[in-house]
Amino acid sequence: MDNQSNAKFISRESEVNLAVSAKYSHKNTGWRLFLSTILARAYPRIIGQQREVSWLVFDLIMPMLAVIAYVFVYRALNAPEEYVGFVVMGGAMTAFWMNILWSMSSQLYWEKEQGNLALYIMAPNSMMAILLGMALGGMLATALRALVVTLLGIFLFGVTYAVSSYLQLFVVFMLAMVALYGMGMMMASAFLLFGREAWHMANLAQEPIFLASGFYFPIKSLPFWVAAGASIIPLTLGMDAMRQLVFPTGFQFGFMTVRLEIIILAILSVVFVVTAKILLGYIEKIAVREGRITESRR
Amino acid sequence: MSASLAIETKDLGRIYKLRGSKKETRKELVALQDVNLTVERGELFGLLGPNGAGKTTLIKVLTTLLSPTSGWARVAGADVHAEPEAVRPRINMVSGGESSGYGLLTVKENLWMFSQFYGVPSKEANERIEALLEMVGLKDRMHTKSSDLSTGLRQKMNIVRGFLTEPEVLFLDEPTLGLDVGAMRDVRRFILDWLKADKERTLLLTTHYMAEADELCDRVAIINKGRVLACDTPSVLKQRLQKDALFEIEVSPLNGLTQQMLLDQAEVTKAAISETEKGAKLSLSLVEESALARVINLFTQKDVKVMNLNKREPTLEDVFVDLVGRSMAEEESNGQSE
Repeated sequence: MDNQSNAKFISRESEVNLAVSAKYSHKNTGWRLFLSTILARAYPRIIGQQREVSWLVFDLIMPMLAVIAYVFVYRALNAPEEYVGFVVMGGAMTAFWMNILWSMSSQLYWEKEQGNLALYIMAPNSMMAILLGMALGGMLATALRALVVTLLGIFLFGVTYAVSSYLQLFVVFMLAMVALYGMGMMMASAFLLFGREAWHMANLAQEPIFLASGFYFPIKSLPFWVAAGASIIPLTLGMDAMRQLVFPTGFQFGFMTVRLEIIILAILSVVFVVTAKILLGYIEKIAVREGRITESRR
Repeated sequence: MSASLAIETKDLGRIYKLRGSKKETRKELVALQDVNLTVERGELFGLLGPNGAGKTTLIKVLTTLLSPTSGWARVAGADVHAEPEAVRPRINMVSGGESSGYGLLTVKENLWMFSQFYGVPSKEANERIEALLEMVGLKDRMHTKSSDLSTGLRQKMNIVRGFLTEPEVLFLDEPTLGLDVGAMRDVRRFILDWLKADKERTLLLTTHYMAEADELCDRVAIINKGRVLACDTPSVLKQRLQKDALFEIEVSPLNGLTQQMLLDQAEVTKAAISETEKGAKLSLSLVEESALARVINLFTQKDVKVMNLNKREPTLEDVFVDLVGRSMAEEESNGQSE
């Protein structure tokens, strides 16, 4: 064997040793595995934000068009200036609702189509960690979009914010997010179970929720029972409480007190997250029993 | 279960209930029936059979993705149905033609993500990913988005995903499906290197490429219509046909010559016909070579011209024909029409 081929042989042998012979020092289990799964599954959402800039059109320009239209209408009607701020906040929160409806809810369905769902179920991680990872990634990616809409509101319409309690604002926002994404996790399992029918339901829910949840006006303007019914959507009470907390006269337009809205949001958070976990367990069970849920059509 | 067994199944069965309209009674499809297999640790075990034979169903059961409707299966010492959480950390699976992962992520990012689902420490995962990609010849593409990879390169990425988590038992379901010859060779060499590195590693491979099973596997189970028809080393399986003389004959168009006419000739035990561009290719199994004269005589009567004639050693395809009575291709097309 000449020197050159000998060197090639040695190089290949060392490659083989490194790649297939060496053992890992350990493997994470328990909560460490749970956490590493959440972060790993959140990663594609966060990195996707940078690599797929079409969100600038769909999540910024489109909602801004609606915001601009409402601002002009309110100003033409000489509505209180707070309404402009309400509309901008509604525009910012639209991104979260769209993310839940069209991304989070359909995610497990797409994972199935992609062939990932079977791999997720087969891995030693918890499926709940996968869902939480999707939610965390979606939440962080969408928070950036919401922030940009908020800043555009300040820049374009001179909206000013005067936060009365940062702590309460933080609590309300976090609870609204946990409840909303808990709802999204729940819907993800429902979409996987019901397929196209669920799709139609989501389509049907998009515009009425914009109306019932008061994205562009305070829900106090709605009849009490309509507003109370719409409170099942966490953004309804979340937005109502945040409007009360960031605008000086916001409390005049509040549907309930901030304290009560925090309590209801906390209850919704627990209910949605627990229901999501139960539904996911059910999905896993029938996936293994029937075999069809993990079957990709590709 | 013996400690030396990586996989064991006992009377394993799976029946699918097919969904019809509400008025119809539910139909049942028997995908697996009384499957009894044992695979030793360190073995490269092949499952051979046509599409629809039950190979993928068996893999799904063994990888905890599907529960059996009868019998039981144990993988790495644990029952796949009763203790899936004990099985899952010790296995992995790669399927041919899968499109797992996210197109927006690079090859390295996709692999890192999957490694995290198995609890591999991040730094070690990244080192291993680079080494494995180097081995399969994909290191120069590790920063390429996976959506920009060709089918072959994407499959190499999937293969790395399966090996990355250091499984005790790895399931490869048609791993070389759709790959070109070079990529197939790389993948096969990689599989053998991986097994050689640790005697405790076990690999179960399904394929309908007979040559692949022959080349790679220590033992092979031939499966058709959900049943295991034979299970042994490739050489022992082929020995059962050694008594027969096998011929491959390329001929002009058949002019009404049928498989039955060939089988009606004395000492012709098996006959398979496949059409070619110029005519047909016949695979014949003869008790004595002298029977060839009668076959040639039949060609002459039918005005069929012999263009090429080869005597050859038996292959696993012949074993399949011997067991099932039809070639694997015929069995697949028959299965589709049923």
